[in-house]
Amino acid sequence: MLNLTPALRDAMVATCIRALPNEGCGLILGRVAGDDATVTEVVASPNVAESARIYEVDSRVLFQAFRRADVEGLSVLGVFHSHTHSEAYPSPTDVRQAPDPQWHYILVSLRDIPAVVRSFRIEGDTVTSEEIYIED
Amino acid sequence: MAATVRIPTVLRPAMGGLTTVSVEGATIGAVLAELTSTYPLIESQLLNKDGSLHRFLNVYVNDDDVRYIGGVDAPVSDDDEITLLPAVAGGFL
Repeated sequence: MLNLTPALRDAMVATCIRALPNEGCGLILGRVAGDDATVTEVVASPNVAESARIYEVDSRVLFQAFRRADVEGLSVLGVFHSHTHSEAYPSPTDVRQAPDPQWHYILVSLRDIPAVVRSFRIEGDTVTSEEIYIED
Repeated sequence: MAATVRIPTVLRPAMGGLTTVSVEGATIGAVLAELTSTYPLIESQLLNKDGSLHRFLNVYVNDDDVRYIGGVDAPVSDDDEITLLPAVAGGFL
């Protein structure tokens, strides 16, 4: 399960809306406890692919996120990105290029209003949906 | 003396679970060549067949992305920290 606050969820959605018409993206930092993770920071990134169909997190944002996680005693928990006109589910490209089986992969679909936010684990070719718990 | 290479999670299974390794080399190309000669299973994830950096690998010397400081020719000094991070990318293709 992935624990989020409404503000962090909104920060991801806002990042993705600002990136329109392109896909938006960023990283999530936080703490891990067994199979559960709690997001404490959302790090927005430019989509260096500058595309409505693909995304790539800026390599410098990626490095700084790992550096900050080390300094703050956090983990880089995963990545979020948007699908502008399709459902919130990992595409074959997302699965093929998933960089870390321990990560949480958040999809933000802007196809409908309100935006749909879902989280997945990706290990090899296996995609598993996971529950997002929004803490008030 | 040598540089320290920080290994990302995805490469660790092919490297005996190591999180860091100490590698000799005066350039990033030399360091990666040394690394892949010791751990040949990771070569296809680090380098293209022509020896250039793999498209989906980010390499940093200390705080610098090597794409901006010479690529495989980027200089490496003793005690430098080299970080390897897979690119984070995907999309609806």
